[in-house]
Amino acid sequence: MSVAAPLIALRGVSKHFERHRVLDRVDLEIPAGRILTLIGPSGCGKTTLVRIALGLLHPDAGTVTRAAGLRIGYMPQKLAIDPTLPLSVGRFLQLAERDRAKCQAALAETGIPDLWGRPVSALSGGETQRMLLARALLRRPDLLVLDEPVQGVDVTGQEALYALIGDLRQRLGCAILMVSHDLHLVMAATDEVICLNGHICCHGTPRQVSLDPAFVALFGQRQALYAHHHDHNHDDHHHHDHG
Amino acid sequence: MNLDFLYWAAAGGLGLAVLAGPLGSLMVWQRLAYFGDTLAHGALLGVALGLWLRIGGGTAVLVTCLGLAILLLILERSRILAADTLLGILSHSALALGLVALALIPGARVNMEALLFGDLLTITPMEVAAIWALTAVALAVLGGLWTALISITVQEDLARVEGVRVGAIKAVYKLLLAAVVATGMKAVGVLLITALLIIPAASARRLARTPEGMAAVASALAALAVLSGLAASWWLDTPVGPSIVVVAAGLFALSLAVRPA
Repeated sequence: MSVAAPLIALRGVSKHFERHRVLDRVDLEIPAGRILTLIGPSGCGKTTLVRIALGLLHPDAGTVTRAAGLRIGYMPQKLAIDPTLPLSVGRFLQLAERDRAKCQAALAETGIPDLWGRPVSALSGGETQRMLLARALLRRPDLLVLDEPVQGVDVTGQEALYALIGDLRQRLGCAILMVSHDLHLVMAATDEVICLNGHICCHGTPRQVSLDPAFVALFGQRQALYAHHHDHNHDDHHHHDHG
Repeated sequence: MNLDFLYWAAAGGLGLAVLAGPLGSLMVWQRLAYFGDTLAHGALLGVALGLWLRIGGGTAVLVTCLGLAILLLILERSRILAADTLLGILSHSALALGLVALALIPGARVNMEALLFGDLLTITPMEVAAIWALTAVALAVLGGLWTALISITVQEDLARVEGVRVGAIKAVYKLLLAAVVATGMKAVGVLLITALLIIPAASARRLARTPEGMAAVASALAALAVLSGLAASWWLDTPVGPSIVVVAAGLFALSLAVRPA
């Protein structure tokens, strides 16, 4: 939990695709033990920033520093397995860890202990995300990187997944870097929010960010009001439909 | 009557069939059928180069296919065009260039049908030995890299984050593929080699529950296609390469009737 040594530090990171500037001199520090959420509209550079932090992509300018021996567990946004590949959940995990007992423990940890023999193609959205999370945990990570972790999951399942993620942080003491396009989904599950739109617009606690003029300008009044509301009544959002 | 040529043909074809299982399964999972076709068409250019430079046909084809694979790896990385378009251009350019070059070489007498559709019955013991040597080496390499290859197939970024050397392993796999295409051309020709790799693997899908199971079933089906194709060719006097592919296609049709495992 040392404040002094971030797990990953990005300084002045810029990235272009073709001539389009996706990231413009972004500074980002991922501290140990905290949940940090990157939020922004689609196309704002969230996934690009995460890929640079992971070392999957090289920035055009700027530096990326990772703590020595840093173990990262990564949960990618998409899992597009060709339907011709026969693969069970157990085998999917064993691609990262041969030890069957460890793989089963990871499945238990993410709440799907009975799915060992199930074909990956037969999983629901929520089960797929939990399986991906289990594989990320196999790395015994210092940092979990979750790109849109509730994608393709129904609303009830989303809440359960965020609860699981918060719970895992408590138990494992790892830091979490999460990507989301929607603030109110992650309000309860995150310590700090960074709002990205090519550059960092604003950052702080979810509440600070939701009231920040830059955030309101980007997302409109709806989410900001929502967050404000949420701040006063934690149960209310189950009954409201803001769509 | 001396039937040695038939035994050599079977031995060579079976060597390719064994390798076609795992290699073809990976092609199917990674959607590399078109990549295989491009390499195969390039082999024709290799034949022309071999005649032109007066070096052994087999060596020239192998070098050309490996060179083409390397070129494709470089072009793919530079992202000049969509991979599909790129393959479309290179595949058919290589085929056309090969045909034109063969026509231009003075005094070149080539059996075009053998190049395009294979000539397994004239395979020499040396060529059979080359096939089995390649099969042994390739199976050892695939075995060593198998988990990493499956991991890359499933999710490349994830494999990379977990420390798999994705670029190097993909390059090794594609070079292996090039070597197999160059070697297998003798059996079924440049137009049908991809079929021998892809069809048994696609047929094996419904008969397997694991990646390894699918590769093994694909090898068995490919072997069955090779032997049945040879038999059909012997009894019905049909061309060997196309007969093998017809049997493979028939097995695929039959596999559709099987309930998915």
